[in-house]
Amino acid sequence: MVTFKDKKTAIVGYGSYIPRYRIKIENIARVWGESLDMLRGLKVQEISVKGPDEDQITIAVEAARNALKRAPEVSPKDIGAIYSGSESKPYAVKPTSTIVAAAIGAPMSVRLADYEFACKGGTEAIISCIAQARSGMIKYGLAIAADCSQSLPGDVLEYTASAGGSAFIIGHDLGDPIAYFEGQYSIGTDTPDFWRRDLSKYPRHGGRFTGEPAYFRHIIAAATGLMKELNMTPEDFDYIVPHQPNGSFPVEVAKRLGFSDSKVLPGLLSPIVGNFYSGSSPTGLCKVLDQAKPGQRILLVSFGSGSGSDAFSIVVAEGIERKRDLAPKVEDFINRKKYVDYSLYARFWGKIVL
Amino acid sequence: MMPKSPRIWQLAERRYGLLGSKCTVCGKTYIGPRNVCPVCNSEKIETIQLPPRGTIYSYTVVHTLPAEKDNYGPYIMAIVELEDGTKLTAEIVDCDSEDVKIGMRVELAFRVIGQESEHGIIYYGYKFRPIISRT
Repeated sequence: MVTFKDKKTAIVGYGSYIPRYRIKIENIARVWGESLDMLRGLKVQEISVKGPDEDQITIAVEAARNALKRAPEVSPKDIGAIYSGSESKPYAVKPTSTIVAAAIGAPMSVRLADYEFACKGGTEAIISCIAQARSGMIKYGLAIAADCSQSLPGDVLEYTASAGGSAFIIGHDLGDPIAYFEGQYSIGTDTPDFWRRDLSKYPRHGGRFTGEPAYFRHIIAAATGLMKELNMTPEDFDYIVPHQPNGSFPVEVAKRLGFSDSKVLPGLLSPIVGNFYSGSSPTGLCKVLDQAKPGQRILLVSFGSGSGSDAFSIVVAEGIERKRDLAPKVEDFINRKKYVDYSLYARFWGKIVL
Repeated sequence: MMPKSPRIWQLAERRYGLLGSKCTVCGKTYIGPRNVCPVCNSEKIETIQLPPRGTIYSYTVVHTLPAEKDNYGPYIMAIVELEDGTKLTAEIVDCDSEDVKIGMRVELAFRVIGQESEHGIIYYGYKFRPIISRT
């Protein structure tokens, strides 16, 4: 647990990207003969689909460029670290962050690495940027959370796994803050709820085991741990953004933590675009920043299978009003859509092997 | 087959960042590096950042795919006139072939251009897409 009492470590730029294509889950269900009644509990209507020339790296670059648009005071030359969290890197060996650095014009003297912790690699990237900015090791850090989420054809994951992500520029006592970090608390255990073996193309999971002992246990422990350390209750927060593997878990976990639906729904993306894995809760945070007012407090709680959770208390600052409109909002990406059928979806994903 | 890594590396700055050249004598701008201005023969060339937006000057829809784009097309190739007047050839993405129009406003997109093979280097760079409308 860490508290940041000086209120000086802040997000100074944020940006998101969601591909244009969508598939309705009834189209997927039709292919596999699955009953829509069986899928109703997921509370997901449609998911985003990567284009045929998109991958985790292109999404990371687009999100990073949008984050820079919202930080006009930051030159790419001032970025001292770029960390990318993902579980769907196009390369097993060659960091995504190297390509992002080149694409945004970062200097050669930059610290680059990729994080993997299932769906919470992105929040680990945020923590590293916070730590290095606060310690003075870097001026600004760029944390990226993006995925082209893989799913085995016919598996229940196929109804939720989608593509998208977000990026954050983080600095300490510099720039025009959009939101500052107030505290951070992490949880980690050996819980084998979801995994992908080396050289396996698709992840496997423990079905219902991904719920209680994994998602709910870790998110609740991280969120309650943070609130206890900060001496706060759900009443102190205006929003909660938990990881969003489907449309029902985030609402349920918020309820169990004592948050009303009105505090979780503004950041909920999964019913209409699916689960971006590492990019899920960070993009939910961006959706909240797109509408929040200065002074409002956000509880962000990621969850990564394996398992762990990172919780953050984030307070919106005045800079949000000056910067919000400098890049497309999450809602703009949600509204930009073209539906594809399962055949095109499978072709775009390379699921058709000739 | 020789790996394409050196060539991909050489082209990356231009492909990633949309860098161009400007003749400091006659003012003509180009995509990519130039040693001599083909208009005035000057060797006084500077590297510039080209603008990320423009309009479609002309286009064609490619239905007969080159071998390296197997399973990809059909796709749109266009001459894009950037806001500073520089013209370049680029693929148009996130746009159906029946919707593309001369004069359509487009913006920079970062996409996969190709790959050596399933096991080889993936190369990235600029394409253009219709401008994302904002609320």
